[in-house]
Amino acid sequence: MPEEIKAGCARPTGGPVGEAPKTAPPVEGAPVKEEKVMIKVGGKAPDFTAPAYLGGKFVQVKLSDYLGKWVVLCFYPGDFTFV
Amino acid sequence: MSVDSVFVHKMWNDHELSKMVSGGVPFAMLSDGGGRVGSVYGIYDLDAGVEMRGRFIIDPDGVIQGYEVLTPPVGRNVGETFRQIQAFQLIRNSKGTEATPSGWKPGKMTLKPGPDLVGKVWEVWKTSMAFD
Repeated sequence: MPEEIKAGCARPTGGPVGEAPKTAPPVEGAPVKEEKVMIKVGGKAPDFTAPAYLGGKFVQVKLSDYLGKWVVLCFYPGDFTFV
Repeated sequence: MSVDSVFVHKMWNDHELSKMVSGGVPFAMLSDGGGRVGSVYGIYDLDAGVEMRGRFIIDPDGVIQGYEVLTPPVGRNVGETFRQIQAFQLIRNSKGTEATPSGWKPGKMTLKPGPDLVGKVWEVWKTSMAFD
């Protein structure tokens, strides 16, 4: 589960939860395509690590650490907003 | 998760949220400065530099079972999120042999999809059940 934090920032691991990141080798001469993960119901959630405040501590959380549990992942515009 | 730092999360929890919820927020308040995770989930607004009200239900296998995204001024209905999780848990426990019709809540009738139900849903499910 979450470990006490070292300095870091949030980043997608580049793969879905529970699987190794897909690192496709760049193809010579191929047009540069922006990497875009499509979110799809019924598909694996993109894995990530992110710093967090939890129970009075700063910790580093990885989504795949929660495999085996139901997870609600909520995004919101900002702290101290009203709704 | 928001683009705020963990330090701002701490101040918000300690000075406001802990006055609403005894003991403060019991789950991880995640920080996504730069919106890199939010971009992958498709809810980061690059122009505003903030994340929309996205909510993803992820099952124990890491599969996204549902999501909802709202613009900032409208808050979520947490009760509806719980209802959906309870429905997904029921489906999972039944190994897909049951389905929850519109308006289902815990304790209400489920459907057993199969040849015998084709064309017969009207006999077992009434439109009023979507609202009661």
